[in-house]
Amino acid sequence: MIFRTPKQAGEWVNRTKKINFTFEGEAFSAFEGDTISSALWAAGQKVLGRSFKYHRARGVLSLANHDVNVLVTDGIDTNIRADVVEVKEGMVLTAVNTSGGVKKDKNSYIDSISPLLPVGFYYKAFHTPRRLFPFWESVIRKAAGLGIVNFDYPRILKRKTHSHCDVLVIGAGPTGLTAACAAAEAGLEVTIVDENRQLGGSLGYNRAGDSSVVSQLDILLAKAANMPNIKVMAGAYAAGYYPDHLIPVVSDSGINKVRAKAVIVASGAFEQPPVFRYNDLPGVMLGSAVQRLIYRYAVKPFNNGIVVTANDYGYRVALDLLQAGTKIAALVDMRQTGSAAYSAVLAKRGVKVYIGHCVYEAIASSDKSGVRGAVICAYDEKQNIALTDNKFTLECDGVAMSAGWAPAGALLYQAGTGMQFDYDVEQFVPSRLPNGMFAAGKVNGVFELEQRVRDGVRAANDAIRHLGLQAPQNEAEKHVGISPSHPYPMVPHPKGKNFVDFDEDIQIKDFVNAAKEGFDNIELMKRFTTVGMGPSQGKHSNMNAIRILAKIRDLPVEKIGTTTSRPFFHPTPIGHLGGRGFHSHRLTSLHDWHQANGAVFTDIGAWKRAAYYPAAGQSKEDAIQTEALAVRKTAGIIDGSSFGKIEIHGPDAALFLERFFTGVYTDQKVGSCRYVMLLDESGVVVDDGIASRLADDLFYLSIGTSNAAAVYREMQRSQQMWQLNLGLVNVTGAFGAINIAGPAAREILSTLTDLDLSYESFPMSSVRESQVAAVETRMIRVAFVADNGYELHAPMGQIPYLWNALIAAGKKHALRPFGSDTQRLLRLEMGHAMPGVDTDGLTNPFEIGAEWAIKMSKPYFIGQRSLTILAKRPLRKQLVPFVLAENYTGEMPMDCNLVVDGRDILGRVTSISYSKYLDRCIGFAYVTPSKKEAGSVFQIRVDSGALVAATVIRTPFIKTLKGA
Amino acid sequence: MKLLTCPMNGTRPLSEFVFGGEYRQAPDQDTCTDAEWAAYVHNRSGAPGDKKEWWYHSPSGTWFIAERNTLTDKVTRTYLLGQNNTTQEEGK
Repeated sequence: MIFRTPKQAGEWVNRTKKINFTFEGEAFSAFEGDTISSALWAAGQKVLGRSFKYHRARGVLSLANHDVNVLVTDGIDTNIRADVVEVKEGMVLTAVNTSGGVKKDKNSYIDSISPLLPVGFYYKAFHTPRRLFPFWESVIRKAAGLGIVNFDYPRILKRKTHSHCDVLVIGAGPTGLTAACAAAEAGLEVTIVDENRQLGGSLGYNRAGDSSVVSQLDILLAKAANMPNIKVMAGAYAAGYYPDHLIPVVSDSGINKVRAKAVIVASGAFEQPPVFRYNDLPGVMLGSAVQRLIYRYAVKPFNNGIVVTANDYGYRVALDLLQAGTKIAALVDMRQTGSAAYSAVLAKRGVKVYIGHCVYEAIASSDKSGVRGAVICAYDEKQNIALTDNKFTLECDGVAMSAGWAPAGALLYQAGTGMQFDYDVEQFVPSRLPNGMFAAGKVNGVFELEQRVRDGVRAANDAIRHLGLQAPQNEAEKHVGISPSHPYPMVPHPKGKNFVDFDEDIQIKDFVNAAKEGFDNIELMKRFTTVGMGPSQGKHSNMNAIRILAKIRDLPVEKIGTTTSRPFFHPTPIGHLGGRGFHSHRLTSLHDWHQANGAVFTDIGAWKRAAYYPAAGQSKEDAIQTEALAVRKTAGIIDGSSFGKIEIHGPDAALFLERFFTGVYTDQKVGSCRYVMLLDESGVVVDDGIASRLADDLFYLSIGTSNAAAVYREMQRSQQMWQLNLGLVNVTGAFGAINIAGPAAREILSTLTDLDLSYESFPMSSVRESQVAAVETRMIRVAFVADNGYELHAPMGQIPYLWNALIAAGKKHALRPFGSDTQRLLRLEMGHAMPGVDTDGLTNPFEIGAEWAIKMSKPYFIGQRSLTILAKRPLRKQLVPFVLAENYTGEMPMDCNLVVDGRDILGRVTSISYSKYLDRCIGFAYVTPSKKEAGSVFQIRVDSGALVAATVIRTPFIKTLKGA
Repeated sequence: MKLLTCPMNGTRPLSEFVFGGEYRQAPDQDTCTDAEWAAYVHNRSGAPGDKKEWWYHSPSGTWFIAERNTLTDKVTRTYLLGQNNTTQEEGK
């Protein structure tokens, strides 16, 4: 541990606990609390990873979760961020994105051919000749991406948790902690979230060599800890902003969705690097990274360093370095003014300060694994050029760099905050905050510690008043004095390698080239150069990219604007997002029976329905025909529990139905059933069903499965408007239904009930309430799938009992179950068109020949007025039943195949099926009205383009074709 | 996720609600012309601004009217149809 400093006040490492791990096959030791990077750096390991594009050696850059070139894998998980992830005993780590190890990466040759790979290279280079593209594709795919996906990765589902609070404070630096305490003192429930393991933010490390600020932090932390109404979420990041203050907070244990009444964003700012040649070498790092290394992990960043700065922050970093025992070869200040506050202080400490100078380039050590010096020269701050006439070289083993800040404003942007560029601080600051959002501290353009603390109190008071409590209205804080950020900390170099984006190895000249190619809008430039598209999402590169583009276009920065900020703020494991599906599905009480009897299920609306029951080795088609034949020859039974079932109670029930549906119900007799058809206001057919009158003031409505929820919803809306004297009860889940149909249905049923089932006393389209197998049922005589059919509606829980009783009673009649796919064929044989299958969103009732179901003389029903208009117009299409030729063996037409006449489209097929019972192909199709008469012949164009002749006939098909 | 205030059940997440289209007064179908009726049925104004909308609270089956600015997505009032004298403020 050659780079370890003496004990630092407030350090995060526990020196009493040693930890052993390996990196790239070498053994290392660390202290408990070290991150992987800090432990390696303490041991003198400087090459921690390789860059994405050129495979250049990289070390510590930010130590703030943005060191995306230092991604490691432990063989199970990949792309572990070494700069922030705590090292654990026994870890076996290797760097990702290397070929043959981080030290001797075979792909580092790419760096030497980088002039051949200008920005946009891949977009342009591999298009021609086309036949070579598969080769290039495999090369590019191998080079692209970071890490290797482990397909044996354990499937770990993390629970989604929810919490609520009055005020959510994002960021637990001095501003956030102060704001949280102020809001808590007003009695509010406060949650404070910070991505670091420990609270305090920059108050923990921005010391300028003076560790007395630690006591200030300790006081703040103690105050927050003593407030029972402050909930702390450390090691967790606020990942995005969703409407009405819903903030997903992501930690190792998963996602907690926090719903807040007010949000205070005190997320601080990301330090931005100055740009100069070889600013990416291991050993060149941000000033705040230097401070984090020293004060969090007690690691000396280097022994003899140079500090290059374009603000006063670099001077503070220099003082921290001196405190840690590092020699400072020089402090290089890119500004002409130097620092009024610190220049003299450092000179007194014996540090050579170069005002108006820059680091022209850093010099790599012979094996390119670190820094051995830096070339320094004068810098023209106005022209932003290096004056190299009197350049000189200083030896060093590290460079600390500071140039300014970019606000961590992602959540503010996502919430719709208006941001404007403030030249006093050279950064974007909020100008118009959404209701209930507040910003404080660095993200608000306030940098001095005392001011930040006051800004935290101000924001808390604003939030308190927003929540309806009393609090003073404090004056907004405004930065005074020297800007904490430099407007253009960029040093051009004819040989380039002055990196703006470390994720994607993007240099200044790449932006110039992109602009030359016409990509001179920030959103276009981002996509062409890929700046900000790496894993750090531009946290250290977007601001510089905006500045460079502003300079290229000679525009002020605010005219360039920013790229769009979207959730998530930080890469979030897919495993955190995945989980249970929330698409509900409904099962009938017979579901287990269907499963046990080999049913194949299908989704209809929210329901799982048995589609058919194939015997072993039987095809779907054969199974359906077998089941259909049973219904035609003996009897079949189907679980119809998913049908929509709605009760309409009350004196106005019949009136309601007359207004809602097209037919007449006021004169409907108790015990009888009538067809119902629902239109929308434009006269389009929406759905149909059966209304059974159980009493003067009670109708029992059964409708199709898929549309039932929507129909019930519309009934409720109509009742809300009409305010009739009635109640609607959706009994879809309370009642199950069984349909028993076929020639033997009546006989089977008669063994289980005392009800007189004779056709005279229980005719078609009537309803009876009676016991079947001692179960109270509502029996409806319908002819949907066969002439002899009974729908038995009974409480859902008693359906399995009833079902089994019917199966047992039907044994000697070869009664068998059939599924919903078979039901489709059976209803087609019966000649029933189905809304939603044989109609679409434009079909009116005249087009399906449903005039009989409409009573136009009623005072009102939904769609009536539109029908009066439609009735005046000639029909454009007509639904007709058709058959193909006997013994047709050609290509089978499919649903939606077109009906054509030469080049004209006359209509389309809506349903078509082969019926084994009829031994014919039958179906429905839309044709021009001139072809609607029985005997008309029309042509169907099948998928292959061939024409198939079809003949219009009358329904029911079974009657016309079989005379049954 | 957005929150919406049902006049019967209070503030609930948007996933419990179904949008029911803009609330528009139908012309008198006995006296209006075909063109007026067709305009009512088929034409909608997509211009952003303050709209009255139908919303349905699915678990309780409550239809109500929400006054929403479709540009800012801010809901100012929700109430049962015909009861818009009672103010129900949201988000203030």
